[in-house]
Amino acid sequence: MSLYVDIEKKLGSFYLRSRFECGNEITGILGPSGSGKSLTLKCIAGIERPDRGRIILDGRVLFDSEKRIDLKPRKRRVGYMFQNYALFPDMNVGRNILCGLHGERDRGVRDRVLREALKRYGLEGLSERRVQELSGGQQQRVALARIMVNRPQLLLLDEPFSALDAHLRMKLQISMLETLREYGRPVLMVSHSRDEIYRMCSKTSVLTDGLMNGPVETESLFSDPKTVTAALLTGCKNITPARPEGRDILFAPEWGIAFRTSLGIPEAVTHLGIRAHYFDPSEKENRFPVRFVSGLEEPFERVLEFRYPGQSPESPDVWWRIPKSGSLCEKPEFLGVSPRYVMPLRES
Amino acid sequence: MTASVDWFPLWNSLKIALVSGLFVAVFGIAGAYYAAKLPKVLKGVLDVILTLPLVLPPTVCGYCLLLIVGIKRPLGAFLDSLGFRFVMTWYGGVLAAVVVAFPLMYRTSRGAFEAFDENLAFAGQTLGLSDSFIFWRIRLPACRQGLLAGFVLSFARALGEYGATSMLIGYIPGRTATVSTTVYQLYRLNDNKGAAFWVTVNLVFSTVILMSVNILENKKKRVSEH
Repeated sequence: MSLYVDIEKKLGSFYLRSRFECGNEITGILGPSGSGKSLTLKCIAGIERPDRGRIILDGRVLFDSEKRIDLKPRKRRVGYMFQNYALFPDMNVGRNILCGLHGERDRGVRDRVLREALKRYGLEGLSERRVQELSGGQQQRVALARIMVNRPQLLLLDEPFSALDAHLRMKLQISMLETLREYGRPVLMVSHSRDEIYRMCSKTSVLTDGLMNGPVETESLFSDPKTVTAALLTGCKNITPARPEGRDILFAPEWGIAFRTSLGIPEAVTHLGIRAHYFDPSEKENRFPVRFVSGLEEPFERVLEFRYPGQSPESPDVWWRIPKSGSLCEKPEFLGVSPRYVMPLRES
Repeated sequence: MTASVDWFPLWNSLKIALVSGLFVAVFGIAGAYYAAKLPKVLKGVLDVILTLPLVLPPTVCGYCLLLIVGIKRPLGAFLDSLGFRFVMTWYGGVLAAVVVAFPLMYRTSRGAFEAFDENLAFAGQTLGLSDSFIFWRIRLPACRQGLLAGFVLSFARALGEYGATSMLIGYIPGRTATVSTTVYQLYRLNDNKGAAFWVTVNLVFSTVILMSVNILENKKKRVSEH
């Protein structure tokens, strides 16, 4: 593995415990705000100092509390892209990028690398511009160019798309993904957006209240999140307490229904989760009568809220999300859900 | 009367204000930069000590300075033996102005440094830039409007300093007289015309300074609107 991290840090009542490894791929860290995502990155970059632990990059020890090793940020060769891009306001685009090339004294080489970077990151003709005059997307590309000409051994991206307009986001994600694949070194990307993580990251860790879980394959995190927090963070809308009844049966007392699941039920199971997209009127399995209570129109989808007949009054309505283009004309009397979409969850 | 005006007080005031302004700028900026890195409690204590001259009556400051550098005091006598006398000399005026104007520079610089986006410094560090590069090329330029405003304010304060100055260097025409001590002296001698003349000089100066502060602040706003 290229990057090994095992750190602990206390900040007031907050306690960060991060332990993971990652290879030459894009690893996401998914967590709500205040969960310690940026703090983890800052510890790896050397901006914050962990209380205990070790950080090793390609066999190079960046931090080891026992051996009293704590490399300065400038010695770590770790690229850090800040949420606001942290472009130097009193330098133009070209000078900002050249800051990543400060080790190169040869003017010819500097000019050539700058020219190439401007071209590669779509910044041609903007070299003399003040960074304040750039659009959000251009600023992001300047930040990326500045980091990349510095040839980091590891790249840390802190909410790289959160400062951008929604319509720009997807476009930039596609071009960023290309750059990162060519980069071929480990990338850690922090985000609170599950869509972003799903699009960009092959593996994903979940961070809640300072405790890191994973990384696991992003695909499997979404299909079988295993914990209530991971299910919530990956956007699961229907979560209810459940207990196992038999090898593949989960009983949800608040819904008054037992579901069959094809995902293995762990011993510590406390809840079950069903994503709002996965209810299906034509599904034969886990098929129960439903009563619709209300609904919500979205541009391309319809959200319908329903209840099971035996559902306890305190239990919130169940969500069903269907594309508007579907052939549904009337609200069905029965809804089923395939056993592979019934997700057994444990508390944490 | 213009033909016979002795401009010495103006030149002396300007000399004292400029020299003390330079000292205040260097120490104020350095003090603010290092104070910002200190632990909270220590910073609080330092803040109180360094800001005290701003709220103490200037005459009290002058008195305290006399207790330290007066020629009969140990330090004053020692400095005197080295040829540095702060009593009744223009250096004394500089010392008084430095002490009184320092808090203005220190406070304004600290505000400017605290408003600085620390991520810029972190970004510089992760790119491998040296601390001195980050300070001179990133931090200082980003804070320059605030620092400049602090300099203008403390320069103006030094230029108008009266209380501590009169305690420390008195009023010797042609040697230690400044604009403010001259105004007082002329008023005492019932020379209303003379006093009015120097008051006018002072007004013109102060107006110019305040206008330049305003221009600086407007410029700052325009920049941040981008």
